[in-house]
Amino acid sequence: MAKLKGRGVAAVNYPTGMNLGGDPSQALIHATTTGSFVVTLSSVDLGQGLKTVIAQIAAETLGIPYDSVMIDTADTDTGPHCMGTFASRGTHRIGNAVIMAAREAREVMLNVAATELEVDAADLVTDGKGRIHVNGAPDKGIGVLDVALAAHFKHGNTISGRGIFLKPKSTPVPETGEMDPDSCQAHACTIAEVEVDDETGVVRVLKLTNGYEVGRAMNPALAHQQIVGGAWMGISHALYETTEPYYPDRAHGPLDFSEYLMPGPADLAEMESVIIERPASNGPYGAKGIGEMTANSPIPAIANAIFDACGVRVTSLPITPEKVLRGLDALQAVNPV
Amino acid sequence: MKGSVVSITLNGVERETLVAPGTTLLNLLREHQSLTGTRRGCDQGSCGSCTVLVDGKAKLACLIPVETIAGSRVETVENLALNNELHPLQQAFVEGFATQCGFCTSGMIMAAKGLLSVNPRPSRADVIRAISGNVCRCTGYESIVDAILAAAAGMGKPLKKSA
Repeated sequence: MAKLKGRGVAAVNYPTGMNLGGDPSQALIHATTTGSFVVTLSSVDLGQGLKTVIAQIAAETLGIPYDSVMIDTADTDTGPHCMGTFASRGTHRIGNAVIMAAREAREVMLNVAATELEVDAADLVTDGKGRIHVNGAPDKGIGVLDVALAAHFKHGNTISGRGIFLKPKSTPVPETGEMDPDSCQAHACTIAEVEVDDETGVVRVLKLTNGYEVGRAMNPALAHQQIVGGAWMGISHALYETTEPYYPDRAHGPLDFSEYLMPGPADLAEMESVIIERPASNGPYGAKGIGEMTANSPIPAIANAIFDACGVRVTSLPITPEKVLRGLDALQAVNPV
Repeated sequence: MKGSVVSITLNGVERETLVAPGTTLLNLLREHQSLTGTRRGCDQGSCGSCTVLVDGKAKLACLIPVETIAGSRVETVENLALNNELHPLQQAFVEGFATQCGFCTSGMIMAAKGLLSVNPRPSRADVIRAISGNVCRCTGYESIVDAILAAAAGMGKPLKKSA
């Protein structure tokens, strides 16, 4: 009886977004009288950091401080349309829609500033700190707040913009099956190191070393958060989670969360991750989707590491101690020690 | 069945409440006191989202009938930030990106506070043990463990002013 160590590697391509029957997300932006900008979306931030990243994208495109952007995702009934945050599409689709909306709003903002300053709008630049000035002449300028006030109360103008990103419907070519299902592809590679107890069949993940190619990490801290949480979910899918352990037989399925296995804080693997940036030409500032991919590459890497450790090839998830022990028994039957 | 009047000290203020038999502390907090920072996750003691301190110890509010803790001190996450200044644990969670969807966060923080009150210099293993009853679906726990250790390391020092 021994604890057997093994190492496995796996790499995945992961599509950003999906085709559906045409896949749009919309964004609306308008300036308030306080010089802040509201981005209205129907997209949902459920903890992945969408609001933060979208505010960064809007601020960058408008040329105003991050703190001046408010993200309103209040209501999917009344907001502009969004297909949803799935298929790792949020940053890419909504980010592109926001860039389009922000460009239109920026143009109006610069036109109002040009009128106030009595200069040509084409000569104006934003300093990203809340001021608009003539390129090369920082003194000849006006604050964004004053521009917003002038637009509202003097010019009767709305500083606003509309944006949409649409991935058009793509139909497969009947002869070849060829189609254009996604917008770009992100990439992930994981090396898993595991320890298999050949007496109990229990697998412990010792270390995950991950490389994730995400186009552009819009917010490196949030990207890292997704990677760590996603890799943990990968361990969970590989070794723990199932609603039907003896599918299609419903016996022994968990009925509530006290019976639904997931790794806890004591089951953490040592983790080392690097982000590689190869910007996508159609991504907002080059970004691709990262979300789901982070959970994908650890799963086959762990399965391969188990094979490396003890020679057992398990082809269904999760790889439970029972499956490992049955695999070891089968090997034993073929090659008795 | 008749209700009974139970007195508990809730976040430093003594309160008498009329509760129906079997009312859980979680129901008292959320439904009677509008203290919704304490989360209702599984309602059966397996997720840790409703963790509060009862007489300084981390307990699951969903499993405690209020009548059984008459006279106790109960502390919830709402009591942590004083004078608009975050508690060092809260600050460490913010700075360490230890929260994503946020549903488990208050339970995690209260479990950690229970640990630090008896063990101000915990090891990594101590922290993992203290939050082992708390489920998080987003973070993979690493950032939470790191944040609790960072808060413990910083709690002897004066509070950091935010920039």
